[in-house]
Amino acid sequence: MTTAPQQYKKLLPAISGETRPFWEACKRGELLIQRCAKCGKYQFYPRGFCSHCWAAEPPQWVKASGKGKVYTFTITYQNRSPGYAEEVPYVLALVELEEGVRMFTNIVDCKPQDVHIGMPVEVVFRKATEEVTIPYFRPAKP
Amino acid sequence: MDLRRAAAIVGVYEHPTRYAPDKSEQLIIAESIIGALNDAGLEKKDVDALFVAAMPPGITGYGLCDYLNLYPRWVDSTNVGGGSFEFHLSHALTAIAAGRIQCAVIAYGSTARSGGVAVGTGGATRWGQARIAPVPDSFEDIYGTTTVGLYAMVAQRHMHEYGTKPEQLAEIAVTMRYHASMNPHAMYRDPITVEDVLTSRMISSPLHLLDCCVISDGGGAVVVASPSLARSAKKKPVWVLGVGESIAHQGGGWRDLMEMAAYQSAPQAFRMAGVTHQDVDMCMIYDSFTITVLMTFENLGFCKRGEGGAFVSGGRLRIDGEMPTNPDGGGLSSNHPGMRGIFLLIEATKQLRGDYAGTPRQVHARRNRSEPPSIALCHGTGGALGSRHSGGTVILGRD
Repeated sequence: MTTAPQQYKKLLPAISGETRPFWEACKRGELLIQRCAKCGKYQFYPRGFCSHCWAAEPPQWVKASGKGKVYTFTITYQNRSPGYAEEVPYVLALVELEEGVRMFTNIVDCKPQDVHIGMPVEVVFRKATEEVTIPYFRPAKP
Repeated sequence: MDLRRAAAIVGVYEHPTRYAPDKSEQLIIAESIIGALNDAGLEKKDVDALFVAAMPPGITGYGLCDYLNLYPRWVDSTNVGGGSFEFHLSHALTAIAAGRIQCAVIAYGSTARSGGVAVGTGGATRWGQARIAPVPDSFEDIYGTTTVGLYAMVAQRHMHEYGTKPEQLAEIAVTMRYHASMNPHAMYRDPITVEDVLTSRMISSPLHLLDCCVISDGGGAVVVASPSLARSAKKKPVWVLGVGESIAHQGGGWRDLMEMAAYQSAPQAFRMAGVTHQDVDMCMIYDSFTITVLMTFENLGFCKRGEGGAFVSGGRLRIDGEMPTNPDGGGLSSNHPGMRGIFLLIEATKQLRGDYAGTPRQVHARRNRSEPPSIALCHGTGGALGSRHSGGTVILGRD
């Protein structure tokens, strides 16, 4: 018995009801974050409620500008997990979006050694499978 | 209720193994519990509570009671990573003070090394087949997070904000190795230099191989008793003066990464204990990575935020320095079987009792160099600084 080679070896997100709008938006090339109608605060990662004020009504989905700055990062030289092991060295980063929230990501489309804290970055989407598209960040075009 | 001295550590045991391919995790736990009861001069029949945490896919409270053939009246398998055992001591103190139990055992055992668990660099698959949760793992692990990477991101930010130097981190590793040279059970005992740390392989920038803890097998146990039972135990009691617990996390995407859980747990412990930082003779600080130690001192309040680099420099953490820290060699050189918090309590207890008296490994009291330390502070960190972690602070004192 033969099976087709798995193209995407890295971990895929598990998608649930409360996170589905985020992942559906990624497929359209949009980065969504959430804003609470009651307290007005943004949150990331997405949740089915506001984690700041615990308002009963679910937070609103808002399209983020997709621009931000590198808050911190590390160049990963060792990861034994399939998919990542083959890609070292890669940049794991926390990016602070213009809206204020921070999200984990990889900085792509540049040399790892060129990444620095405060570097302006912009979102870029890459299709992992038919169902999943993942947001990454690259150096912002001037 | 005043919980100060409401319970005492009366027995401890550190399993000497660093490699145990022929033992189960449960057997390491059982041998550790038996060793700690022997140290206390107590027996199985005295034990009425079991506190345990283990690595996934793990050991459960009820499963371990079965293995030990124990019928406790209190079971707690709180698992907040490597700092779980400081939480256990806090919970045991409360249970004893409430009169629900008289004698608790806190235990840990692991075969992380012989089992080939890539604790720091395995990424999401470090415990075997990855199981990714919709939140928050799906927004973190997909990008190739590793334990060391999550600490490295915090180290990078600390260097950016405060000018902390790799040499300052390296001095922590050098100090721990110096201490390990005096510990016959330590995994690595050959001295290293700052240069050795800085030229060791980069694992996740800015953390080098020698900025990272070892991976060993091992385990240990602690016996906690009520004051009345403690007075009849074989060894001098080591009193629980203060405890504090906390969790820190991403905070909806807004967290200040420089603020550790220790920032919240330390004031609780100091307030309960009624002591100040100046009263502390020694520290046992969870040293998963060098940055963990540096930032823990800041967040415990031993120095201001950003001054950790200077604080750990100049030999201050050496056994003969101003704040002797991890005289057993710590996780950086002695042992780190996945979760290390139990060993903080064990070593602090031995030092307070003066178990190493007459040897270079014995820490001395700040005020009287011919005496063992009076007050020891233990701080366990579990999880990962960059995403979410626990902090358990324990302050111990002798009679």
